[in-house]
Amino acid sequence: MNLFSRRRFLRITAGTLAAAGLGPALLGGPRARAAGLGGALQTIPTFCDICFWKCGAVATVRDGKLWKIEGNPKDPLSQGRLCPRGTGGIGATFDPDRLRRPLLRAKVRGEEQWNVVSWDEALGFTAEKMKKIAAEYGPEAMGMFSHGLGGNFLKHTLKAYGAVNFAAPSFAQCRGPRDVGFRLTFGDDPGSPERTDIAHAKCLVLIGSHLGENMHNTQVQEFAQAVANGCTVIVADPRFSVAASKAKHYLPVKPGTDIALLLAWMHVLVKEKLYDVEYVTKHGYGFEQFAAYLEPFTPEWAYPETGISPDVIRETAREMGRHHPATLVHPGRHSTWYGDDTQRSRAVALLNALLGSWGREGGFYIPSSMELPGYPYPAYPPKGEKGKVDNPGKKYPFAHEAISTGIREATITGAPYPIKGWLTYAVNLMYALPNQAETIKAIEALDLLAVVDVIPSETAGWADVVLPEATYLERHDDLNVELFRDSFIALRQPVVPAPDEQKPNWWIAKELATKLGLERYYPWKDIEEYLGHRLAKGGYSFDELKKNGIILGPKVPRTYEEGVEPTFETPSKKIEFYSTQLQEKGFDPIPKYTPPDPVPRGTFRLLTGRAPTHSFSRTQTNPLLHDVMSENEVWLNAKEAKRLGVKSGDKVRLKNQDGVVSELVKVKATERIRPDCVFMVHGFGHTSKGLKRAYRKGASDSQLQTRYRTDPLMGGTGMSMNFVSVELEPS
Amino acid sequence: MSRLAMVIDTALCVGCSDCVVACKTENNVPEGYCRDWITESVRGEFPTVGLEIRSERCNHCTDAPCVSCCPTGASHVHDFGGVVLVEHDKCIGCKACIAACPYDARFGNPEGYADKCTFCIHRVEKGLLPACVSVCPTHCMHFGDLEDPESEVSKLLHSRPNHTLLPEAGTKPNVYYLTKG
Amino acid sequence: MLELSSNRHNPGIDPALHAWGWEIPVYLFLGGMVAGLLVLGGFHILKGRNDPHAEAYPWAPMLGVVLLSAGMGTLFLDLSHKLYVWRLYLTFQPTSPMSWGAWILLLVYPALLLAALLHPPETVPFGDAVLARAKVWSRWLRMRPRLVQAIGAANLLGGVSLGIYTGILLGSLGARPLWNSAILGPLFLFSGLSTAAAALHLLSMLSKRQVKGQFGDALLGGFFKLLDPKAGGEAMLRADTSFLTIELGIMALWLLGLLTATSVHREAAALLLSGDYAPAFWALVIITGILTPLFIQTAELSGKIRHTAAPAVLVIIGGFALRWILVSAGQTSHW
Ligand SMILES: Nc1nc2c(c(=O)[nH]1)N[C@H]1C(S)=C(S)[C@@H](COP(=O)(O)OP(=O)(O)OC[C@H]3O[C@@H](n4cnc5c(=O)[nH]c(N)nc54)[C@H](O)[C@@H]3O)O[C@H]1N2
Ligand SMILES: Nc1nc2c(c(=O)[nH]1)N[C@H]1C(S)=C(S)[C@@H](COP(=O)(O)OP(=O)(O)OC[C@H]3O[C@@H](n4cnc5c(=O)[nH]c(N)nc54)[C@H](O)[C@@H]3O)O[C@H]1N2
Ligand code: SF4
Ligand code: SF4
Ligand code: SF4
Ligand code: SF4
Ligand code: SF4
Ligand SMILES: [Mo]
Repeated sequence: MNLFSRRRFLRITAGTLAAAGLGPALLGGPRARAAGLGGALQTIPTFCDICFWKCGAVATVRDGKLWKIEGNPKDPLSQGRLCPRGTGGIGATFDPDRLRRPLLRAKVRGEEQWNVVSWDEALGFTAEKMKKIAAEYGPEAMGMFSHGLGGNFLKHTLKAYGAVNFAAPSFAQCRGPRDVGFRLTFGDDPGSPERTDIAHAKCLVLIGSHLGENMHNTQVQEFAQAVANGCTVIVADPRFSVAASKAKHYLPVKPGTDIALLLAWMHVLVKEKLYDVEYVTKHGYGFEQFAAYLEPFTPEWAYPETGISPDVIRETAREMGRHHPATLVHPGRHSTWYGDDTQRSRAVALLNALLGSWGREGGFYIPSSMELPGYPYPAYPPKGEKGKVDNPGKKYPFAHEAISTGIREATITGAPYPIKGWLTYAVNLMYALPNQAETIKAIEALDLLAVVDVIPSETAGWADVVLPEATYLERHDDLNVELFRDSFIALRQPVVPAPDEQKPNWWIAKELATKLGLERYYPWKDIEEYLGHRLAKGGYSFDELKKNGIILGPKVPRTYEEGVEPTFETPSKKIEFYSTQLQEKGFDPIPKYTPPDPVPRGTFRLLTGRAPTHSFSRTQTNPLLHDVMSENEVWLNAKEAKRLGVKSGDKVRLKNQDGVVSELVKVKATERIRPDCVFMVHGFGHTSKGLKRAYRKGASDSQLQTRYRTDPLMGGTGMSMNFVSVELEPS
Repeated sequence: MSRLAMVIDTALCVGCSDCVVACKTENNVPEGYCRDWITESVRGEFPTVGLEIRSERCNHCTDAPCVSCCPTGASHVHDFGGVVLVEHDKCIGCKACIAACPYDARFGNPEGYADKCTFCIHRVEKGLLPACVSVCPTHCMHFGDLEDPESEVSKLLHSRPNHTLLPEAGTKPNVYYLTKG
Repeated sequence: MLELSSNRHNPGIDPALHAWGWEIPVYLFLGGMVAGLLVLGGFHILKGRNDPHAEAYPWAPMLGVVLLSAGMGTLFLDLSHKLYVWRLYLTFQPTSPMSWGAWILLLVYPALLLAALLHPPETVPFGDAVLARAKVWSRWLRMRPRLVQAIGAANLLGGVSLGIYTGILLGSLGARPLWNSAILGPLFLFSGLSTAAAALHLLSMLSKRQVKGQFGDALLGGFFKLLDPKAGGEAMLRADTSFLTIELGIMALWLLGLLTATSVHREAAALLLSGDYAPAFWALVIITGILTPLFIQTAELSGKIRHTAAPAVLVIIGGFALRWILVSAGQTSHW
């Protein structure tokens, strides 16, 4: 209660009583309604699902209607405050565009013509097709794409069925390269939620990580805390991001040249002995080779590559050195940019290693999680000889998760073996994977595409059967046993009932299993029984969890200083400045810089990112969030705009190197971006007719990203390889 | 007397619009309308750019032209904290107040009456923070009583450079923006 | 270079204020004309020239009642919370020109009706009984010169108040720099006077024609018979010429005032002088509404050309355009 001093507070209380006494007469009918007074209030804790940060939340229901949702103060992720998407998440429940009943395709795939059917029919159809696929090609021919916690039960059904190919776009289209780069260096990855101790950083380096637009809640909260505490922020970004506006040093780096910048920074740190000598000596492996390798990469060398002057490179390197080990070079998250991303991420990891920030306060803490046994299911059928399709022959030797685009490729080529069915859960592949033509080609090779979604996404438009899920505010999900700074278990529970025939994923999974004759894999009656069982076995109270939404684990040490034993799961059991693993597989053991492809004349490199009020391609029809941002804009350097004769608000189309033309999109002519690139927020320009509110508003980066470069280390798809020209509309 | 005011730290605000969304849900603001919004002001030339992001709303002006022009007294200054409010049942929807506000902070609610930010007086009177302030993920918004020298807002205004919007319009706003430095 | 962007998009407000549509300009126009009619009629009564057969003046109040009702109708149409309109009359808000206006309108009505009662028409389409009663009252009134004087004074005063208030209403909205001038009061008053004079002039012109047809026979026939076209027409022309000249002078003062104030005000003036509204302003308000009629009327008065309805029509067009443009442009002007 820091709102008023005590004196003032007493007066307010008196005022409140007076107001209460006069009641509605004073406040007036309509005002009372609009102000949200009155009505029977009920609060229900749960956690958010508008992105994968899974913030703890408390929903308020007034007279049986969902009113608002706020952060759960007990939750370490949200710390009582949600991000704008979380706050607006309730819009998903009353989105008029949402799916209502199961749909079976009526005509040709992709034409979005449907017959509304019963669940029995829809799941019966799906199960029949799956049985047929298993009979003809084996159960391995059924693949699944899912993103987030909600896919757990469907995965369970598919595993029981014998499927082995499961992938999420969060690896090969998102954090894969970063995770691999860090694993190769520290033997572990930054995780999700990232183990970054931003709040205590004294110097924070953001290489493209656009915190503040990227709204991963805890990170943004800690970022603001750091700025408030006077943390020195250094931002390298071709665009003057929101984070850049908080920075002491803004480096307008040329897109695709970050490795050069990183090498030069490390050169300065080593040359000037500004690095954490003790830490490196104690934990480092191959430092001598590394130091020798850095010799030629002076700031002067990096200048023509990056466009960042040697003075600035030196000054910022010294800032980092000055604050180490509380200098956090943010690992980034969406790291699939140029195809050399694992090496870039490894360079970021190495810079952190030099600064001694891994395992240290203000750097990367060591997270912990609570022990909670899984449900004792019967064993899955034994896996066949075939193996997985996404990475045949370990073509990408360092991929430790399945490669979504690998499954897509196998579906197209039929090699190493045919994939004939896809089940997708909470992924919009048409938006998540680069090159939509390839996705369509793969879909056309399928015997079954079953899509579980809450809205008629573009991918649902291509489906044979669409299964409408209840939103996160209308269902239970599996428990979130979080690996984080503070360990905890969180519960998602329904706040309001689903308005129509939408069903939760656990129900769909269980019914599908029944239709497949796999009911023995579902020994529980309903999810409450399942959750209760798991919690009881872990020794936790379900009732407490229902009431508080969260059970906190014990506090444990989080840094080396606090007593965590440093361990590195690398071959040398040390931080690998020189990677023998990479060398053995024929890759550069220390990151090498290769200049990006030049930007063809008359075009701009297409960069993409986030807007704080939207998640990927999933929130554009949410009435609350749409209201705040209804379309994206293409950011164009002000002088380039002038040269092209366009101004802010003009509508243009973007045309990429392969002749693909975007929807009409508004220009944002701005001093906030380099002249050699344009920027667009991902997720707009929807073409699914069912997404009425968002239909053809803004432009889709996914549509324009026809080219991608695959990271040879782990199969990630670098997507910032596309060039667009600005096509003026004849007015 | 008390003088309620909002103090927003532009050095921390990231323009995420959480304040905007929270206002919509808390106050059932009709779709297509907003009581608060984000303004971005960019100065300079790339790459030497300055960006100020502001969460804006009714300034609950001390000299509020929207109150003085109201023919029915619907627009009024609330007893508590000098908050400028509209009593819906007195408002005839003449829109004079809408035209009188130099900040364009008001709008015509589809139900007919003039609408705008209330400083969430219904929450404040219960001792809660306004909805927008309470959700802000960067904790850059502060709310309290300027008449109380011990309040957080008073202290912030004394210790940090700040400005209001359009001081030249002579309305004496009570929403302040802290700046870097 | 300052780059400003905002995610506000409130209907009626963004990208520029457009809360007031056609209703308010129409109301301001009609209100101004009624103000003019009140002043002219009141002046006429005060001068004691209350001979109903003399000229057009006596018809000012009748026309005034009709136009005022129409104006109040548009004002009502503009209200978005109509059921609460009675709230205007439960209070008086001294700082609100709108509140002043509400009460002025209320007071002007009886003044107009009384003035009308001084010269009831000879026939009305229906309700002979009412007319007969009115004539009794009329006689009663006219027998009391002090009362007649009072009615005249009330009309004159009411007219000046109404005319000035329509300008002050906008002028007090300091948030709109274009309007931000007290001189808008006199400007609207004189513009109102010129349109009123033009309207009366038109009436007298029209009455010169033999009005035929059923409806005309019933109402207008009787109506126009009472007018003395010659005297009325001439006087109106003279009056209008002086009103227009004064209006032009005030307009120049107003714009000069804006141009010499802050840059915000300069920008506002530029909206009319060289900006988006300049073509309409110059063509409709200045050339059509003031300069051309002035020119024609001067020629008419000096006997160079025949009297026509043209200048009156142009003045009315100009008077309406002034309100329309001022209300639109004023809303888009901002700090
Ligand atoms: N061009 C381009 N491609 C990208 C990116 C980019 O920036 N640009 N970003 C990449 C990154 S970082 C990532 S993580 C991925 C994300 O890729 P995805 O996880 O595929 O993200 P979305 O596009 O939001 O698609 C999610 C789908 O899930 C649905 N959904 C939402 N809530 C629910 C629910 O409760 N239940 C069910 N069943 N469905 C639900 C949504 O309606 C939507 O159709 O995309 C990657 N691909
Ligand atoms: N609001 C919101 N927040 C989100 C999400 C969301 O959908 N909405 N999604 C979440 C997820 S899953 C992810 S993965 C993250 C993604 O967010 P981030 O991990 O921050 O990554 P990107 O989206 O790739 O980063 C885009 C930024 O990188 C800059 N950039 C582009 N190319 C280069 C380059 O070559 N060098 C440098 N230095 N910078 C470059 C762009 O200008 C832009 O500012 O966001 C998360 N947070
Ligand atoms: S970061 Fe935002 S959208 Fe993601 S879980 Fe948290 S509140 Fe929800
Ligand atoms: S919620 Fe806070 S950080 Fe976000 S825009 Fe509003 S004031 Fe700024
Ligand atoms: S900001 Fe506008 S609406 Fe709010 S008190 Fe000031 S003048 Fe009135
Ligand atoms: S719109 Fe309502 S609140 Fe505004 S001035 Fe008119 S009556 Fe008053
Ligand atoms: S104080 Fe309340 S009404 Fe005003 S902007 Fe904030 S949330 Fe909206
Ligand atoms: Mo991601």
